[in-house]
Amino acid sequence: MTNHGAVLTALADPTRRAIFERLALEPRAVGELAAELPVSRPAVSQHLKVLKAAGLVSDHAAGTRRVYAVDPEGLAALRQYFEQFWRQSLAAFQAAAHQPPEEER
Amino acid sequence: MNTEVEATSVSTAIDVEASAEHAFRVFTEGIGSWWNPDHHILEGELAEMVFEPRVGGHLIDRATDGSECRWGRVLAYDPPHRVCFSWDITPRWTVEPDPGKASEVEVTFTPVGAGRTRVVLTHRHLDRHGDGWEGMRDSVGSGWSLTRYAEVATRR
Repeated sequence: MTNHGAVLTALADPTRRAIFERLALEPRAVGELAAELPVSRPAVSQHLKVLKAAGLVSDHAAGTRRVYAVDPEGLAALRQYFEQFWRQSLAAFQAAAHQPPEEER
Repeated sequence: MNTEVEATSVSTAIDVEASAEHAFRVFTEGIGSWWNPDHHILEGELAEMVFEPRVGGHLIDRATDGSECRWGRVLAYDPPHRVCFSWDITPRWTVEPDPGKASEVEVTFTPVGAGRTRVVLTHRHLDRHGDGWEGMRDSVGSGWSLTRYAEVATRR
């Protein structure tokens, strides 16, 4: 599986998406996320681990706390993302289009 | 194949050894034959993809549990030349209910010789998703970046 798949898999889980969305609004510590969501603190940590492995969030120490955050760079990243997305998709489309039409098989 | 990037759009072209009619059909009706099955936003497992072949139709993902996700609206349907659909998906991979925040995908099919068709795909108005991204950026500040997200996402 590609890491691209890892990103989509990471965000396919509703709890992880909820965590990601909250982090998108404001950086938060594990305890804060656990308090806001119907999920235990260890579960939040596990989800953060998956999001971090997929490259979606990062963490940094803030005093005694570890704060998680996302930091999108805007349109440039979105373009980069779709550029790759469509390049891969059209390559797959090309392979499918090279299959002969059914009536000719 | 080449990929061109403009300010608020992405354009990619590819040539296929097929007639425009066939290429058009594979792209639309046959979308399920080439679309990466991991690329869906259903809660469940993807069972099938449907491209309703008419203006006003939808692009629909159906899950094995029968639930469905309508993630695009067909805006232009002109076989075998051109098809255009909206991209009703937010940067956070949920369905975008506001058409004003949806981007658009246009695909043209142009014969370039016997049995050869140039397919040009343009995904435009990406800035319409911009509020989401910019809001995210403003509220978060600097540090970690979605550029890395893109790098990770595109690493093989």
